[in-house]
Amino acid sequence: MIKKEMIAMLLAGGQGSRLGVLTTRMAKPAVPFGGKYRIIDFPLSNCINSGIDTVGVLTQYQPLRLNTHIGIGIPWDLDKNIGGVTVLPPFERNVNSEWYTGTANAIYQNIEYMESYNPDYVLILSGDHIYKMDYEVMLDFHRQCEADVTIAAMPVPLEEAKRFGIVITDENKKIIDFEEKPEKPRSNLASMGIYIFTWKSLKEALIANAEQSNLDFGKHVIPYCHEKGERLFAYEYNGYWKDVGTLHSYWEANMELVDIIPEFNLYEEYWRIFTKSETLPPQFIDGDTAVEKSIVGEGTSIYGKVYNSVIGRGVIIGKNTVVRDSIIMNDTSIGDNCTVEKAIIAENVSIGSNVFLGAGEEVENESKPDIYNYGLVTVAERSVIPDNISIGKNTVLSGVFQSADFENNTVPSGKSLIKAGETA
Amino acid sequence: MRAIGIILAGGNNHRMKELTRKRAIAAMPVAGSYRSIDFVLSNMANSRIQKVAVLTQYNARSLNEHLSSSKWWDFGRKQGGLYVFTPVMTADNNFWYRGTADSIYQNLTFLKNSHEPYVIMASGDGIYKLDYNKVIEYHIAKKADITVVCKDVDDENMERFGILKMNEDRQIEDFEEKPVIAKTNTVSCGIYVIRRRQLIELIEKSAEEERYDFVRDILIRYRGLKRIYGYKMDNYWNNISTVEDYFRTNMDFLKEEVRDYFFHQYPNIYSKVEDLPPAKYNVGTHISNSLISSGCILNGTVEDSILFKKVFVGNNCYIKNSIILNDVYIGDNAHIENCIVESRGTIRANSFYKGEDGVQIVISEGDRYVM
Repeated sequence: MIKKEMIAMLLAGGQGSRLGVLTTRMAKPAVPFGGKYRIIDFPLSNCINSGIDTVGVLTQYQPLRLNTHIGIGIPWDLDKNIGGVTVLPPFERNVNSEWYTGTANAIYQNIEYMESYNPDYVLILSGDHIYKMDYEVMLDFHRQCEADVTIAAMPVPLEEAKRFGIVITDENKKIIDFEEKPEKPRSNLASMGIYIFTWKSLKEALIANAEQSNLDFGKHVIPYCHEKGERLFAYEYNGYWKDVGTLHSYWEANMELVDIIPEFNLYEEYWRIFTKSETLPPQFIDGDTAVEKSIVGEGTSIYGKVYNSVIGRGVIIGKNTVVRDSIIMNDTSIGDNCTVEKAIIAENVSIGSNVFLGAGEEVENESKPDIYNYGLVTVAERSVIPDNISIGKNTVLSGVFQSADFENNTVPSGKSLIKAGETA
Repeated sequence: MRAIGIILAGGNNHRMKELTRKRAIAAMPVAGSYRSIDFVLSNMANSRIQKVAVLTQYNARSLNEHLSSSKWWDFGRKQGGLYVFTPVMTADNNFWYRGTADSIYQNLTFLKNSHEPYVIMASGDGIYKLDYNKVIEYHIAKKADITVVCKDVDDENMERFGILKMNEDRQIEDFEEKPVIAKTNTVSCGIYVIRRRQLIELIEKSAEEERYDFVRDILIRYRGLKRIYGYKMDNYWNNISTVEDYFRTNMDFLKEEVRDYFFHQYPNIYSKVEDLPPAKYNVGTHISNSLISSGCILNGTVEDSILFKKVFVGNNCYIKNSIILNDVYIGDNAHIENCIVESRGTIRANSFYKGEDGVQIVISEGDRYVM
């Protein structure tokens, strides 16, 4: 009989609506990161680097990009004869066909998949964090504690703890209580959304709570296990871990990569991050240019100046254009004499010449101030911006624009310009 | 699938000097991200050839490592595939490959067991793009026995080429291998189309007569008897046979039109994919007119140069008009000008290298600790 000690279930079905237009056409785990990667590459690489060769990827929201990216798992060596990567979308059944209604519900609907590998332990991961973690060490901890559930948790500053699910432990790291986004946190250990379950406990808990609507790990399954008196432990993790759930944290995490010795180092030999890569030519840097404190992907041509930015692959940056503090994703082209400041420009965008992104003063965004903030300019994928346009801060643009779409060739700060058929 | 491919990648060449000490010419890194054999392999893949044999014997390890899987070039897996044939001892043969024709003879079963009617033979050191189907169509139209791809070159030094003389119908009347004085400026690109059965017949006959070289003993010897035609190619073509060629071919990629032709125009050139992070530029770098590959970390000044994968450039370095091959570490304040720095080298801080009379090859075997 097939037997895998531990298999991983990677939750990749969420939209990640706080990433705004970046996730209009793709799920959050498929969003590009760091000039070359997509967010899901980090948990997938962690899996194979930790010796986990069986991974179920649960998809639901806009899965096309994710499916093409994962394929049969070749980039991560997850194309295995036994195990490997399996994409698990929701499916129709004889009775009770439904979408994945919650994180734990998605896992519940795939009990059959997990059972087929006869695992001792199941690792639950989410596809929206940037980190390197050896899950095998976490498993050792789980076994040592004879735990039923181990939750990875990291210390956060106490003032930030109220944004997280907090675990309260005794001196043996045994969890004695939880608090979800508490006003007055009693501990600074924040749950990272990474769980190891002993398979027996997980299966029992999922079946017992099957009728619960929107079955969720944090809200239902973990409290259920706790109340039942199972052994829950917190595995303290002290490395780099970044939630890239909002545009600002996404931008910040990218910007951290360009430090001299970044806290999160992509250049280490022994914990490599794998991604689907094509053979691409080297990048070309023209004369009379400057590229400083930046990372730049393959096949990109730079004729202008780039400071403190993350540039994807196949990008073209025109003459006399200055790019600063920005993220420019794959295959986007920017014309000549442009200024780009604090912008997030998605894939396959075409920007004309003499365009100014990030002009003027900060004004609160008119439609979604909680998403488009911190002065960022966000441009959705496949957008086209014509020549001579000046675009303010806290703005979002999506669609194929012509000069006629703009008043005085400007987009004032705080404006959301979404062409018909597109959504913010 | 009307053709199979044979790549002759056997050789070493003393004119490449130290550069081929640890690799075959076909495995020479080219244009930052590629190896020279990638061009012929990609041409074959782009011509929808599914089955390719690479014949190699000099320092085959370097090629073997690169040709680890047929999937990089999308050749067949179950039908067809990529085969690397090195000389082996058998009951009736214990020779190395004694020449190009002999290398095919020793692997004649590969030809005999195929069913495709045509064979494309090409060397592993050419830098070009070509749809071989066009050559096959020409070959059929001319009712040729062998078609040789050729190109008019404008080069004062013709000694390293095979020189062709054709009549007005493009039939080859004369073929001279590396003559001192060239009669024409049409050179053979080392790419041949021939019917599979014809090739088997010619190779078997030569072997019987103990003749082992394809050009000398088949092409030149049979030029009156067989219908041998030239197919003229107009686009970029270069081959790597001397250090100067190698340097010049690489530097060609700094020209916009060459870069555009190879990097941006369809079809693409494929290579083995390595999982390297994007290149990183730190504060104080000055890069100008240069190609930079993935995995590089840059601090100093780089001008008119090509940096291959995983090169580290220290603070205050000055690199000009040079080629830095894969995985080289360059310490602070180093000066490198008109050089080719051999791969996996460690250039100590404050070193000074300058090619005064042509290109200098820098080989350093310093120890390096991996963090």
